Amino acid sequence: MRIDIDEEKCCGAGQCVLAAPDVFDQRDEDGIVVLLDAAPPAEQFAAVREAAQLCPAAAIVVAED
Amino acid sequence: MTAGSLPRRVVVVGASAAGLAVAEELRGRGFDGALTLIGDEPGLPYDRPPLSKQLLSGQWEPDRLLLRPHERWDALGVDHRPGTAAVGVDTGARTVRLADGDACAYDALVIATGARAVHPPSLGRGLSGVQVLRDLRDALELRAALARGGRLIVVGAGFVGAEAAAVARGLDVPVTLVDPLPLPMVGALGDEVAALLADRHREHGVDLRCGTGVREVLAEDGRATGVVLDDGSRIEAATVLIAVGARPAVDWLDGSGVPLGSREHDGVEGVLCDARGHAGDSVWSAGDVAAWWDGSRHLRSEHRLSATEQGRAVGAALLGQEPPPAGLPYFWSDQYDLRLQSYGVTGRAPAFEVVEGSLAEGRFVGVYGPPDGEGRPRRVDGVIGNGMARALRTWRQAVLDRAPLPVKDLTNSPR
Repeated sequence: MRIDIDEEKCCGAGQCVLAAPDVFDQRDEDGIVVLLDAAPPAEQFAAVREAAQLCPAAAIVVAED
Repeated sequence: MTAGSLPRRVVVVGASAAGLAVAEELRGRGFDGALTLIGDEPGLPYDRPPLSKQLLSGQWEPDRLLLRPHERWDALGVDHRPGTAAVGVDTGARTVRLADGDACAYDALVIATGARAVHPPSLGRGLSGVQVLRDLRDALELRAALARGGRLIVVGAGFVGAEAAAVARGLDVPVTLVDPLPLPMVGALGDEVAALLADRHREHGVDLRCGTGVREVLAEDGRATGVVLDDGSRIEAATVLIAVGARPAVDWLDGSGVPLGSREHDGVEGVLCDARGHAGDSVWSAGDVAAWWDGSRHLRSEHRLSATEQGRAVGAALLGQEPPPAGLPYFWSDQYDLRLQSYGVTGRAPAFEVVEGSLAEGRFVGVYGPPDGEGRPRRVDGVIGNGMARALRTWRQAVLDRAPLPVKDLTNSPR
């Protein structure tokens, strides 16, 4: 799995951090997503998919191998 | 679908955020039946919140709005019918009638047609130079109008109107923002944060006219030239944006037997559903068009995250599976340097208090809740913040806990 994020799309909702806190964080000053792990281990896949699906700005794109 | 059997043919009417979420949830849970997505707009599903932000400002072109890139979309295996309006439902025969004369049979139908912007005839409907902002076509039309220059009058200072006004000021377009309420977005933000927003609009040169409505739109030769306010003042403009709210897109369901709410009887319009989005007769509904039962009344949410959450819940329920737990109400709004984020129940009715930072510095977290004897919130029902993302996430947990104030052990709450 590879994760791409689009910082310009990010609205700072923080849903990704709630869904997958080991993979996503937020900058404090504007809430913009910080990708902690662009190629997470398999045990994170379900949480990452959920984060991408929930993101209200469609800022997370997941490419599955 | 009949009790005990799972649908093999799911038809989703409405190809935006809620419809997409239904499709993704179904496929994600292994549904391999036929999935049809009917949408009245051309092209692939796109996102609406940027229409009054990055698209309007010219920062983005329409291809940037796609909710999913082409390859993710193709992988869903959906029979997508873009540019095709649904015009009726026969719940007995379980078919959806399409504008092109075709019919689509279903075992389960999901209504996700969203909402349409309200444009009262008294506010210049049909005149050129007057428009609403709901879909991509509207946004491109408004963008072109702003580029031609001249004053923009925005009627209605809710999310769409206030954001459009901020974008127009960024393009150096003169703007008048009118609303009968005393402050912009006050219904969502409450007085304190709405006052901060009003200051920002004035600082950026918006001619803010709160506490007055618009009596009429002036026109010459079929083209708007300005407005007359309730207080009698006349304002000239090249463009008038009507941003006075939206109503659920249910016209096509008239006479179908699908239960529709009315303001008089139900307090809300839209497709009346139970707490899982089921409207009876193998019909489900999600997103702006849907009014879900919340335990005491039917409620309709027009917020973006809610469309995704309801779509996911319906996708799970269609397969007889437990839906993901409901999230908190959430909204955001970007205007000037403000990136407001909010969870839970907010507004004018509850008491409000800043709990971190300060409104004056523009970095803050504030909470909403029922007032105690001194008029301060005694419980955390909602929270709003700007420029303090981590603190806001912590306070979000306090909303989930409906924590009494003062919160004693916030630092130990899960972040």
